[in-house]
Amino acid sequence: MSNNPLANKDRMKLPRQPMPERAPEERAKSFTEVNLGYDPDLARTEALRCLACQKPTCVTSCPVGVKVKDFIDLILAGDYLGAAAKIREDDVLPAITGRVCPQEEQCESGCVVGRKMQPIGIGHLERFVADYEQRVGKVGLPPRAPATGKKVAIVGSGPAGLSCAGDLVQRGHEVRVFEALHDLGGVLAYGIPEFRLPRTVLKQEIENLRKMGVEFETNVVVGRTVTIDELFGDEGYHAVFIATGAGAPQFMKVPGENLNGVYSANEFLTRVNLMRAYRFPEYDQPVYDCKGQEVAVIGGGNTALDAARTALRLGAKRVNMIYRRSEKEMPGRAEEIHHAKDEGIQILTLTNPVAYLGEERVQAVRVLRMELGEPDDSGRRRPVPIPGSEFEIPASVVIVAIGTSANPLVQATTPGLKTNKRNYIEADPETLRTSRPGVFAGGDIVTGAATVILAMGAGRKAAASIHQYLTTSAWEAAPAAQPAAPQPV
Amino acid sequence: MFPIVEAKQLAPEIRQFTLFAPRVARRTQPGQFVIVRVHERGERIPLTIAAADPEQGRITVIVQAVGKTTSLMNLLRAGDCLLDVVGPLGKPSEIANYGTAVVIGGGVGTAIAYPTARALKQAGNHVLFILGARNHERLILEDEVRAASDELLVVTDDGSYGQKGLVTDALKQILAAGRKVDYILAIGPVPMMKAVANVTRGPAIPTMVSLNSIMVDGTGMCGGCRVGVDDGSQFACVDGPEFDAHKVDFDLLARRNRQYLELEVSSFAQFQDDPLTDLEVMRAAGQLGGGDLEPIPARLRSVAR
Repeated sequence: MSNNPLANKDRMKLPRQPMPERAPEERAKSFTEVNLGYDPDLARTEALRCLACQKPTCVTSCPVGVKVKDFIDLILAGDYLGAAAKIREDDVLPAITGRVCPQEEQCESGCVVGRKMQPIGIGHLERFVADYEQRVGKVGLPPRAPATGKKVAIVGSGPAGLSCAGDLVQRGHEVRVFEALHDLGGVLAYGIPEFRLPRTVLKQEIENLRKMGVEFETNVVVGRTVTIDELFGDEGYHAVFIATGAGAPQFMKVPGENLNGVYSANEFLTRVNLMRAYRFPEYDQPVYDCKGQEVAVIGGGNTALDAARTALRLGAKRVNMIYRRSEKEMPGRAEEIHHAKDEGIQILTLTNPVAYLGEERVQAVRVLRMELGEPDDSGRRRPVPIPGSEFEIPASVVIVAIGTSANPLVQATTPGLKTNKRNYIEADPETLRTSRPGVFAGGDIVTGAATVILAMGAGRKAAASIHQYLTTSAWEAAPAAQPAAPQPV
Repeated sequence: MFPIVEAKQLAPEIRQFTLFAPRVARRTQPGQFVIVRVHERGERIPLTIAAADPEQGRITVIVQAVGKTTSLMNLLRAGDCLLDVVGPLGKPSEIANYGTAVVIGGGVGTAIAYPTARALKQAGNHVLFILGARNHERLILEDEVRAASDELLVVTDDGSYGQKGLVTDALKQILAAGRKVDYILAIGPVPMMKAVANVTRGPAIPTMVSLNSIMVDGTGMCGGCRVGVDDGSQFACVDGPEFDAHKVDFDLLARRNRQYLELEVSSFAQFQDDPLTDLEVMRAAGQLGGGDLEPIPARLRSVAR
């Protein structure tokens, strides 16, 4: 049963349909989204390229196992809501993953078409059906199993928490998500900028989860407002999933790091994204005015790229990304590096800050040139300082995006919860069970900082494992969790 | 939303609110704070919890109007709602029986020092409270503090009430009189805390201060509240807010607290010219409980210029 009228050889003649983008000079000044999305014609043409493989390696290359072949076929049938419902069986946030997943490393890397030509634009198609839902004001929701009477508390409304919540309500459990901030979404709300993930899209997906039956409570800092023990006790939960993320910012401990104008990426992005500081004074939270300023961003990951492109949109005259290795080692997504360069971000590779200079407000970054030496533990060539190569880069705003570490609030207030040396929570890689019966953990708080989709994958895995625990009540000597794919209900 | 159950003017520009926040009330310990966002365009600001009533689900916060958000709060009344209140945040004060404890509250810092003083007294300490204010009109919580301590010394900058002088003058007198002091907690403006630390550093009296650095999330996520402690950085929101006064870099704190001064001044001026916009945002969101019964201009008479 295929809705594709073309023979395989004709499918292979079609080129990949490019994603329409806003022009760089236009978008560099605006917080509106860079990618514009496919229209139905582009989506159909792109979907026609799919070979509908017997053994779809795109599905096995997806951390959450989205049924790519099936949803593409529903697009070809013109059943866009059905396609969305099909995606939601495995991925409850299609509008978000369609935008922020590194598809080139996941589903699209498994695409058979991609061996000879460009792979199918799976992310673009996923985004298309989610955008279609928003356009027509309808939503394709998967069915919900009968109520089980079991209650699950989820700590954190980031990608891991949301995906776990979506899977658990489909299985009939009562699910409440606790969020420390006033808005839902975790890193999707405070970290990822509007121009990559519009807030309306995030709000829509959270609304869809609400429609599926997920309850949310904001302004609850688990570990302070309520403890895990209280969730099991007074509040009557049967299981808890900890998905608090790797929220604590790291600094390099170099001189001048506490000068005014030196931000962690978390703070800078939170002020701009969550608190809307770019609309100050209409919104009250301030951020240093980047207009006409020289901004330095330390780091080469996706967060650094987000911070750099945000500073540019706040009117910075020049944004220098300072990265200690070469461009090849940059951990940021290829598409985002390409976007950043198009917009005029300068990437200074093989440079490393040694001090921030200034009296009250930062004025410059003193950096050292680096060269690449032998590979280190990460397999990337280790950057080695070149003696005497110091120079200064002017900067009145500095954004430090060199990574995060575990936020300790939950661990510190949960007796018996095992953590590793770096204070990340220890969880079984298959079942995501922690040392505390009934408590599961996943996402960045277990693995350290990773990507949205990997956190969502952990959320799914946790949901399967929690479901098994709730239906068997067995904790001791439990078998491994069910495979990630849930039973259709 | 978090309803204001009671609102009371303690002094010009200093207003006390009792909020219905049952989760916060249930877990509050002395020394902790909440972060408040007044309305959907509002900033997040930390406010110390002056009292908590777990049975009634209520907490008390005291707000001094110094900028836009705090001035907007000074216009609010019982029946109105705050959009977001999260807490209790920060580590609680370390309460032990130290012996003789001197608790110093300067200005609205008193609101923070008061619950800890009470806990120290309950723990068996002899509590000597030094209550300081610019003048008599701005003195707050005198009765509460008197009840929570064994001795009370009131000082005002201008001598309009109590002894004339600074809290450090009173502290120096106590020390000069040869009284044995085992523990000091000082909470107030940064220069006051710095001065107290300088007085007690020589005699090496254990001294704690509660730091009011600029915060956003209050959960250790942004690092904006970092303070210099003992040559390193710590986050006031999760490692504090109380720190060993002798290890704190107060000049750095003062500098970092000035970060947004210019923007704060402009935002405050705009609010003073047009406080209606913010009240309308609140009214539209159904936050002005009393507001629908009462015309907004009645609130504005109290806008401080």
